[in-house]
Amino acid sequence: MNILEMTKISEEFGGLRAVDNVSLSVLPREILGIIGPNGAGKTTLFNIITGIYVPTEGQLLFKERRIDGLAPHDIARLGIARTFQNIRLFGKLSVLDNVRVGRYGVTRSGFWSGLLRLPGGRREEKETELRAIELLELVGLADKRHEYAQYLAYGEQRRLEIVRALALDPSLLLLDEPGAGMNAGEKEELMAFVRSIRDQLELTIILVEHDMNLVMNICERIAVLNYGRKIAEGTPAQVKNDEQVIQSYLGAGV
Amino acid sequence: MFWEQLLNGLTLGSSYALIALGYTMVYGIIQLINFAHGEVYMFGAFVGLFLVTAGANIFVALLGAMAFCMLLGMLIERVAYRPLRGKSTRLSALISAIGVSIFLSTLMVLYRGPNTTRYPAVLGDSTFQLGSLQVSTLQIIILVIAALLMVVLELAIKKTRVGKAMRACSQDLEASKLMGVNVNRIISLTFATGSALAAAGGVMVGIYYNAVWPYMGTMAGLKAFAAAVLGGIGSVPGAMIGGLSLGVLEIMGIAYLSSSYKDAIAFAILILVLIIRPQGLLGQKLSKKV
Repeated sequence: MNILEMTKISEEFGGLRAVDNVSLSVLPREILGIIGPNGAGKTTLFNIITGIYVPTEGQLLFKERRIDGLAPHDIARLGIARTFQNIRLFGKLSVLDNVRVGRYGVTRSGFWSGLLRLPGGRREEKETELRAIELLELVGLADKRHEYAQYLAYGEQRRLEIVRALALDPSLLLLDEPGAGMNAGEKEELMAFVRSIRDQLELTIILVEHDMNLVMNICERIAVLNYGRKIAEGTPAQVKNDEQVIQSYLGAGV
Repeated sequence: MFWEQLLNGLTLGSSYALIALGYTMVYGIIQLINFAHGEVYMFGAFVGLFLVTAGANIFVALLGAMAFCMLLGMLIERVAYRPLRGKSTRLSALISAIGVSIFLSTLMVLYRGPNTTRYPAVLGDSTFQLGSLQVSTLQIIILVIAALLMVVLELAIKKTRVGKAMRACSQDLEASKLMGVNVNRIISLTFATGSALAAAGGVMVGIYYNAVWPYMGTMAGLKAFAAAVLGGIGSVPGAMIGGLSLGVLEIMGIAYLSSSYKDAIAFAILILVLIIRPQGLLGQKLSKKV
């Protein structure tokens, strides 16, 4: 069973087809890379999967359930979490509160139970906090949990964003250029980290990335987009040797 | 003399602060100046009056007015703002807000007539000496209730799950959605919270000044808006500080300058703030999102 099944998805913005007839299946617990030149439609695809955009055509199944047309918060609650190309943390919330908000979709306590400090709500708050600290320990940020997110170093912010996404207990994690702005050493660490959370948390991961080295190293399968179309799909080796991919994207010398 | 005026100023200012909180919270989350907010405050005052006249205890009246205005605030958001959200410009929502404001005050005129109604004396006001200071029990009650409400609000925003989601939404609405936050619900609850605080302000002002009228929300709303801008629109502590400062400045102006400048003071401050420090006392400098 595929965890995510995209069938003939298209997205049109005023006559421009940002995503054009893309079909793609994602297997449970795989790391799938999506590559392509700027404007190829990679982030648009993420926005479709998370419900920010409703596809103009096509259908989208998550765990055999139709999700195109659902509200973003409902899709998130089904277990799809993401990070952003340009980090979008809640800068004026503490590190811990960022992760707590990340858990919003899997917690329940309402307005009144929070306001009146009802026991159920308080227990949930406590559990949320423990889980958040546990996740922060995973990336070595537990000690900084009371700092404002905006004062973290760049690499720490990247890690916090992943942890905030993990707080939703997702089964599918979308990483939008997780390695952007990192040096080679940091990218090594990132790859190890992505693999380890996939194994520990039994995640399926789709990542959009520009760094070919990173993608080829970490992904088990790669899909290549160009002008909104999928032009190739396969293992890193297959994609690397694909004529069309070399011509339109990789160019000579890769 | 000075200390008594200061106390008067804080009493007035606490009502501005309660109203200003609604402006600032709503602005923080959807960047809308909810110009119908003053009318919610007016409705709060009238619902309080109605309940008190019907024989309710003052605290019951206060809670009743708050509950009523919570629903009113949510209704306004649902009917007048949500249909426009994401589909039209911020200007349309602003015009819609002005429309709701006129509609609500006119509705009250239809129902009650345009004249001032006196509040029944529910709290026998007495004064006592505190050193050389002449203090009214009513003032103390108002200040205590206002302070209590603000503490509860601060705790709710900082500590509860929904409060944290409110703060997250005010920073990044779209990212919040992807955390599973039902943004429409959070916006609705923000209107409810702000409206309840305004209603409390309305009831207390009604009792304190012993008068309510359908257009009372216009001037109070504008001044509370000025207070929110003074404190830094979008900032919750800013609204509290802005409200209190504005009340004190206004009363001091009346005491030491002339009472004819009463209303001019708030707006002179508004203009000065906009010129000298547009982001307000506690506001952040505006930077465009890319």
